[in-house]
Amino acid sequence: MKKIEAIIRKSKFNAVKEALHQVDVNFFSYWDVTGLGNEKEAHVYRGVSYSTSDIQRRYLSIVVNDDFEKITLDALLKAAATGEVGDGKIFVSDITEAYRIRTGEKGGATLKKISK
Amino acid sequence: MDAIFTANNVWMMVCTALVFFMHTGFAFLEIGLTRQKNTINILFKNIFIITVGLLLYYLVGFNMMYPGFAEDSSGIFGFGGFLIDAPANGMTPEYADGGYTWWTDFLFQGMFAATAATIVSGAVAERMKIGAFMIFTIIYVGLVYPIAGSWKWGGGFLDQMGFYDFAGSTLVHSVGGWAALVAVWLLGSRIGKFKDGKPQAIPGHSIPLATAGVLILWLGWFGFNGGSVLSADPELTSLTLVTTCLAAAAGGVIAVFVNFLKYKNLDLTMFLNGILGGLVGITAGADVMTPESAILIGGIAGALIVFAVAFVDAIKLDDPVGAIAVHLICGIWGTLAVGIFSTNPEHTFLIQLTGVACYAVFCIATSFLIIFTLKKTIGIRVSEKEELEGLDSHEHGMDAYPDFRLNEH
Repeated sequence: MKKIEAIIRKSKFNAVKEALHQVDVNFFSYWDVTGLGNEKEAHVYRGVSYSTSDIQRRYLSIVVNDDFEKITLDALLKAAATGEVGDGKIFVSDITEAYRIRTGEKGGATLKKISK
Repeated sequence: MDAIFTANNVWMMVCTALVFFMHTGFAFLEIGLTRQKNTINILFKNIFIITVGLLLYYLVGFNMMYPGFAEDSSGIFGFGGFLIDAPANGMTPEYADGGYTWWTDFLFQGMFAATAATIVSGAVAERMKIGAFMIFTIIYVGLVYPIAGSWKWGGGFLDQMGFYDFAGSTLVHSVGGWAALVAVWLLGSRIGKFKDGKPQAIPGHSIPLATAGVLILWLGWFGFNGGSVLSADPELTSLTLVTTCLAAAAGGVIAVFVNFLKYKNLDLTMFLNGILGGLVGITAGADVMTPESAILIGGIAGALIVFAVAFVDAIKLDDPVGAIAVHLICGIWGTLAVGIFSTNPEHTFLIQLTGVACYAVFCIATSFLIIFTLKKTIGIRVSEKEELEGLDSHEHGMDAYPDFRLNEH
């Protein structure tokens, strides 16, 4: 299993969410972050420019089975890109185990949709 | 005699301050029902409206709204001259039957003028270019509003015909409402508002602010209607405040009840819109209604709100704050209600309807002309990127909540 962490533009979130949904990736967490990066955001407050390198982004954490890794990355890269500096980053790492809390099961099957 | 003149003028000045305070209400309501990323933009529009609007009223508005039509004039357009200049008897009881001084007259009416543009501000929120909005406001508040107002309050042809609009259901609310309708139609809906033709919810970022906004507006209405008596006449002012408040209450309760029947939830924002609908509805005749009629008018306005909001969605128009439902639909209803419920037998439904029709034609035509021209020249809508990332960073380079931002969308 792989953890795919993506730092994306907030304005691209809906497109990314839709793209992930299209490839059947419907399980992830996200939160808003402030960070430093290459993009500079222009802020002016009463004549003074400030915090131009602190930027707002959305952080997604997606855990998928290995056979979903490529398809998820492809969807992310396509949906989150605008071509401008500041589009974000994706990091991939290995996950050693996954559990479903409700039943106590473990393994890759816990990442699949539950069948009724 | 002097004491009564002073008392009247003091009441009118208090009402002037209350109507001024409504701009706080509008600002809070609009930002409460929209997203954080556009808050600075909306506040900017509202501050622009009250400052520039007042200056325009000083420059041309007052003398265009009260030009002093000659006996034989058609009562359609008149202009008393640029800037303001108090007449000789302006500070005496002679001026307005001892109701107020000329200065008070100017300022009280000036506070009303700006409220028409702020109605449009809410409807076009989150996607209209600030420059285009400012130009529209200058022309609409500077010219269209005073001309429209002169037809009734300025003694023009509708006044002579017997048309009645006590405090502005038509002259303020539907004048703003028609422009809001036209603007929203020409502007298009926000990105993501309609998906496969179905309306999507775009929740506002601060329901507490929206609630505060509506309560502030209700408070302001004490002055809006109470001051339209144009004196501190004990019977008329106290009756007006009663009808105003009863209509507001009825509007809210019926709106939330109808909403519950239709959608099975207790929606606070409908409750708030219903209160405003009731207030707008009673505004045309607050001084000529019984308490029972006021409750009926407010209640019907509340029900209309629920259906009007759904209707605006159904015809694929995006109105983030319900301005069209509250100000246009309830403004028309309130005006017609005078012809049905007024205690004054001279008010008839037909005359009221004629007035509504005249304003419809005039306001649709003028707002269409202004906004369509702007659309074809400088453009009225921000780019997709600007809209998605928020008008605050692009039009203003500022953050409304630099210290605090969660779940922005």
